[in-house]
Amino acid sequence: MVVPPARHLLRAKDLADARYAEPLGVDDMARAAGLSRAHFSREFRRTFGDSPHAYLLTRRLERAAALLRNTDRSVADICCSVGLQSVGSFTTSFTRIYGVSPTAYRATFPPAASHALVPTCVLRAYGRPQLRTFREDKHGSHV
Amino acid sequence: MIRIANAQVWVHDQEEALAFYTKKLGMEVRADASFAELGDFRWLTVGPPGQPDVAIVLMTIPGPPLMDAETAEQVRNLTAKGFAGTVFLTTDDCRAAYEELTARGVEFVEPPEERPYGIDSGFRDPSGNSIRLTEVREMAGL
Repeated sequence: MVVPPARHLLRAKDLADARYAEPLGVDDMARAAGLSRAHFSREFRRTFGDSPHAYLLTRRLERAAALLRNTDRSVADICCSVGLQSVGSFTTSFTRIYGVSPTAYRATFPPAASHALVPTCVLRAYGRPQLRTFREDKHGSHV
Repeated sequence: MIRIANAQVWVHDQEEALAFYTKKLGMEVRADASFAELGDFRWLTVGPPGQPDVAIVLMTIPGPPLMDAETAEQVRNLTAKGFAGTVFLTTDDCRAAYEELTARGVEFVEPPEERPYGIDSGFRDPSGNSIRLTEVREMAGL
């Protein structure tokens, strides 16, 4: 039985979901899928609709948004916790995706927000934000 | 009274799935019957020891005439992409189960983590089906 190519791409997607907190990049995702970077990026986008770079970033932003809602940790701390190094880039990306800064986003939620009893896999799947234009995609250097 | 008996997942390879669900997850075979008159269709079900009345059907993605080739390819791809469905398992000790399954070669996508509803973790079967393994916390008043 030949394994469908998408199964290898799913390993790369799972890697992003599992290890977003680490200094992970598209190269690591391509390795997990066993494909060259250029071929991988093209196939990943064709299969899942987002470039691997955008998927990884939106996963990190989704996790950051959850930490902003559910904890009182600082923005810088949360930025590091989701695998991003630059607080400036994090704030810029977050604001572009969510329309408000991380601090303003947090302020829109009550501090003791009651937790819905929805499985985390569902929260993650439905909570990952929609891709908006990334500078990197425009230049095509990180797709 | 209506009860749940079996729920089905698509698998790319029944032997591979059988090895995973029995040897790695520790389930037992509930039914394994092949039918020459049905094009060698194999009814293969597995379930957890101690819960004899519920099983998972490991179902091969059929071909024509039951399922046209294009649809079969779509189902195969949906499964490989991880969108064919999820099996939700529970355990009374998620961290211990994680250690046990990891030692048997199960690769977790999500190691056990505290959640408002308990301790939750997740992994995939060889075909790409999502499997959750959750230690559900007892909630007062629910």
